[in-house]
Amino acid sequence: MQTFGQQLINGLSLGSIYALLALGYTMVYGIIKLINFAHGDIYMLGAFWGYYSINYFHFNFILALLSAMLVCAVIGVVIEYFAYRPLRHSARITALITAIGVSFLLENGMSYLVGANARSFPQAIQVVTYHWLGLRISNVQILILGTACLLMVLLEVIIKKTKMGKAMRAVSVDPEAAQLVGINLNHTISFTFALGSAMAGAAGVLIGLYYNSIDPLMGMTPGIKAFVAAVIGGIGSVPGASVGGFIIGILETAVQAVGLSAYKDAVVYFVLIVILLVLPAGIFGKNVKEKV
Amino acid sequence: MLKVKDLVVNYGAIQAVKKVSFDVEQGEIVTLIGANGAGKSTLLHAISGLMRSTSGSITYLDHPIQKTAAPKIVRAGISQVPEGRHIFPGLSVQENLQMGAFLRRDRAQLAQTYQTVYNYFPILKKRRHQDAATLSGGEQQMLAMGRALMAHPKLMLLDEPSMGLAPIFINEIFDIIQAINQAGTTVLLIEQNAKQALKIADRGYVLASGQVKLSGTGAELLANPDVQKAYLGG
Repeated sequence: MQTFGQQLINGLSLGSIYALLALGYTMVYGIIKLINFAHGDIYMLGAFWGYYSINYFHFNFILALLSAMLVCAVIGVVIEYFAYRPLRHSARITALITAIGVSFLLENGMSYLVGANARSFPQAIQVVTYHWLGLRISNVQILILGTACLLMVLLEVIIKKTKMGKAMRAVSVDPEAAQLVGINLNHTISFTFALGSAMAGAAGVLIGLYYNSIDPLMGMTPGIKAFVAAVIGGIGSVPGASVGGFIIGILETAVQAVGLSAYKDAVVYFVLIVILLVLPAGIFGKNVKEKV
Repeated sequence: MLKVKDLVVNYGAIQAVKKVSFDVEQGEIVTLIGANGAGKSTLLHAISGLMRSTSGSITYLDHPIQKTAAPKIVRAGISQVPEGRHIFPGLSVQENLQMGAFLRRDRAQLAQTYQTVYNYFPILKKRRHQDAATLSGGEQQMLAMGRALMAHPKLMLLDEPSMGLAPIFINEIFDIIQAINQAGTTVLLIEQNAKQALKIADRGYVLASGQVKLSGTGAELLANPDVQKAYLGG
């Protein structure tokens, strides 16, 4: 029971990172039907921004987090503008391959600029571990979970209540009708990239604090796992991405806890296959036929 | 108010609109009738800025708009009620209406526009918190019209508003189109239901294979034997 509780805490912390990342995948997919493979690398850039801003500008945690979100939002918008927008009317596979190209560009560009070696993330927050009912929980874990949940609630409010959020939903269900009421597609798509990338930037800073190690290729595996989380939750569904993220996080820690660390990635993909067989549209996905 | 001159629009490899000219005067109801595939919807999409014309011109209030982007056309006062309604599922009825007012900055008058729309369509007020996808076809048509009205248009483009509706709804929709027109909105109406459309129209154009074949007042076209044979079932 105690182990179970402990793993649940660890799983939720990791899962909230995946959830933040998965939101970006699902929102971008929802609006332009693109799987943005460069999304994991935005998270890497967020982590590096956190690293440099804390080390060189002596930012505190909050400032590092907020500035990373802002910087990543801008980077996301710039990537969309230069890489994806010119391909808006091309075949979907073209944009998809471009996304992989952008991913390689960011990974190798960063390796070239800052070096490929891993470096330790500055401890912006003194780690304190609390003991409670035999469970260990650190202030960093609480911070990650709290920040992630706060951001997810904030995102939900933006999407459900604000005019821009409603415009995002309108564009994702019917871009043509959205234009007919005067919604500017480009602005709405930029806004979506900004939101998703800001979430990824926040996740990057949080993972730096948690795992204490960052490198230019750190976005690859979490990026793919967050994508899996988005698919499991139902790609295009915002609550689905959050739930999917937590499922993946808990699953991964559970597999490690029973001593199968070597298979932790394999299990994630295995669950993906099972979910796709049972619920092809994901847990929260709507099973709608695509219009031709 | 709206002048379309020698307009050519390609739809993929097909020339869907071939040198079409027509005009709409302020305060009128003008209808374009014609069979499926006559190029009517393509024409409306070109006016709304969703499709680009290859040649010819579209002039609205003395400004050329054939190269203007869709949001700017809405801002200039042209709203389209698209064929097949295209309401936003997943958004509530009220959110759909709010999207219709997306470009409006005059918050003070907005409440009044909601009131106007709810007066035309009381059912929308009753269902305002419901997901728009749960509405019936007729109600969705009302919502699509209400959404277009929310932009407070000077010119309303209606694409097949009666398509797929029960007769009782069709009559109501046509009554409301007339009411909207009488309240000061110019209407360009595309219909396959030629009889109903010509009855309420000041003038009409008959489109076939992407070209204007005939034009005249609503009454003239209703009485025209060719029109009767081709579009009014003899």
